[in-house]
Amino acid sequence: MEEVIWVANLSFWYPDGQRALTDVNLTIYQGETVALIGPNGAGKSTLLLHLNGLLRTNGEVKIFGRPIDDKNLRWTRSRVALVFQNPDDQLFSPTVFDDVAFGPLNMGYSEEEVWQRVKTALGLVGMAGCEKRLPHHLSLGEKKRVAIATVLSMSPEILLIDEPTSNLDPRGKWSLISLLRGLAGTKVVVSHDLELVKALCRRVIVLDQGRVVADGATDDILADKPFLAAHGLAPGEAAEKA
Amino acid sequence: MKHGFLDQYSDRDSIIARLDPRAKFVTTLFFILAVVLTPPDSWLAYALYFALMATMLLLSRVPVFYVFKRSLVIMPFVLLVAIFIPFFKEGEVAGSYNIWLWQVSVTYSGLQVLWNILVKAWLSVLSLILLTSTTKLTQLLKGLEQLRLPKVMVMLLSFMYRYLFVLVDEVMRLKQARDSRNFGGRRLWQIRTIGNMIGTLFIRSYERGERVYAAMVARGFDGRSRTLDRLHFRRADACFAIGLSLVLVFISLFNLFY
Repeated sequence: MEEVIWVANLSFWYPDGQRALTDVNLTIYQGETVALIGPNGAGKSTLLLHLNGLLRTNGEVKIFGRPIDDKNLRWTRSRVALVFQNPDDQLFSPTVFDDVAFGPLNMGYSEEEVWQRVKTALGLVGMAGCEKRLPHHLSLGEKKRVAIATVLSMSPEILLIDEPTSNLDPRGKWSLISLLRGLAGTKVVVSHDLELVKALCRRVIVLDQGRVVADGATDDILADKPFLAAHGLAPGEAAEKA
Repeated sequence: MKHGFLDQYSDRDSIIARLDPRAKFVTTLFFILAVVLTPPDSWLAYALYFALMATMLLLSRVPVFYVFKRSLVIMPFVLLVAIFIPFFKEGEVAGSYNIWLWQVSVTYSGLQVLWNILVKAWLSVLSLILLTSTTKLTQLLKGLEQLRLPKVMVMLLSFMYRYLFVLVDEVMRLKQARDSRNFGGRRLWQIRTIGNMIGTLFIRSYERGERVYAAMVARGFDGRSRTLDRLHFRRADACFAIGLSLVLVFISLFNLFY
């Protein structure tokens, strides 16, 4: 299988000296759907930002075998798409159309091509015909769907999605899960929603305090309750006392 | 949350609403220019301007009461600026009053200037209400962009439009969080809390700005704004713009030779 994301010995400090990632090593193969889980502040989102070059250190991240540098930054971002957690950050344009067209326009496609891509992307997330709607009139579930459409319109090969189901009600959550399941390509999903992980991913990478503490099959890792409790992902002693 | 206070009624269909935003924007500017440049004693010209605006408003099918109510909103600001003019303008005295230690007098020419400022402001505001309540803001932004307003300005306006609603919600949540913890007490304490809230709002907005920028960069933004040309300037738009401009020119000329 082809390696699409390759990370070796990645460490990262925020400008205020806070350590976010320590010696992260991982490889993700073509077509995989991988969950990146961990407690709050584990460095999951920081790691995602490294995978499409929004944060950069020195060549510890390779996409399709190429280290991310200034020259291939555009190339990288057209292949690796990142959906942010809060759709109000992701959707910044006055209309849904403008937002979904933003990526394709930046990639320099022709007018017809942009129209076609917007239509296809909105269709894929079940929001066909919503081009003219205003982002602030959408429900949270709809915003999340449109946020995914804004990157699908660039037809990326790798999708990085940060907390796709946070704040959604169960119905919204499960319909989003089935939407994600239907999307082709390699996917990396950051979440601490274990139901989502179980339903969507075969492989799980557990991050805690900036380190990879486990990397393996979903069934094995999610079955190990003491391990999950030790990393803040399952009810631990506090719950037993209560 | 739904907020409609910015471009309420802009969804309504009417002859005016269907016009190209550029045609409306340019004629609105032209109308305001004509109104502002009309001499103060041309009553007939003002009556004609008003008739013109009233016709447009009726054609636009925006509720008259809504327009009227909205047009009064800016009056306090205009009054605040203009209310002292009658007292300071030289000329024939219309009335003289003793207020405590001072003797103040009001002049006819001063009153005329005041009246004139109010009428001009009111007519201009009417035309702007007509513009915003028949044009969706998104369309107006497109129009401005194609009228070669600098891209940075268009982006600023569009971010403002997008995040105004998000910020209003955020302020509401901050207020609810404050009130649910029994806000009250001494005045100084209250002011401090409000100061903290404003600070929090600023920092949150600033950080949101960074996240939004990251979301833009992640989709290939490189500082250049690219958009599609989606407006079509039709014959009707040209007719409207040229027709209305001719009417305005006619009123000014008529006024000149009258």
